[in-house]
Amino acid sequence: MLSGEFIAFIALALAAIMGGVLLLNLTKVVHMVVAIVFTFVSIAGIYVLLSAEFLAAVQILIYSGAITIIMLFGIMLTKHNDESEAKGIGWRKVFMFLGVLAFGAAVYIGIYDLDFASEPSELHVKNTEQIGLALYSDYIIPFELTSVVLLVALVGAIILARKDDGGKGEDKK
Amino acid sequence: MSNIPVSAFLALALILFCIGLYGALTKRNTVIVLISIELMLNAVNINLVTFSKYGPAPSINGQVFALFAIAVAAAEAAVGLAILIALYRNRKTVNIDEMNQLKH
Repeated sequence: MLSGEFIAFIALALAAIMGGVLLLNLTKVVHMVVAIVFTFVSIAGIYVLLSAEFLAAVQILIYSGAITIIMLFGIMLTKHNDESEAKGIGWRKVFMFLGVLAFGAAVYIGIYDLDFASEPSELHVKNTEQIGLALYSDYIIPFELTSVVLLVALVGAIILARKDDGGKGEDKK
Repeated sequence: MSNIPVSAFLALALILFCIGLYGALTKRNTVIVLISIELMLNAVNINLVTFSKYGPAPSINGQVFALFAIAVAAAEAAVGLAILIALYRNRKTVNIDEMNQLKH
């Protein structure tokens, strides 16, 4: 009963959860970012198990590549005290933990015996071609709107992060 | 066809979501809070892709939605970092418990 697919799922899930737990427990900020890369790469493996190869490639490119690097830039450009966490266990953290645990238990009650009698899918056959066809036929308007969102985010990020000296006085130019 | 139950994928996504939620609520460094939010978005994407394969009506639409979610998450990360850097220039701190200007 222990197929290779199941073993791969267990290994990837353990790596993902281990990365998340390391994110919570490490003390140095850069180590936390490196730990979260483990989680992102493992999630890409999970996507391969779910026959979403294109999404796995996108996950590696965007999350493990772009977002991790941009977070490292954010850490580099700001002065961080190396030990990020305050000493001691506050009651606030305990209540947060209990709240998150209660949320997790409540959702787990809903999903632990969930099962669908689904027919086998054909998602793994020409996965990228299927996504492309869906994007350019059914989802063409959201796809084009995504470009507007990315443009607005680009312009907004530049305006927010720019030094605004010389913006007020006309004599600078 | 497959012997991995669908609830295993959903439980993995739930655990990652809870880790991200706890990190976003308790961490002091704002960059780590942003990373925790990205982790929560990733957990949601796992759910979307799982239902895209094992749901009652399997189709490609779940993967397309996950792609849109990734695009919006990337835009959110860029704008969040820009806000963080603008805030750091004014207040010289990245600790989230010192960003309390609205309290005074």
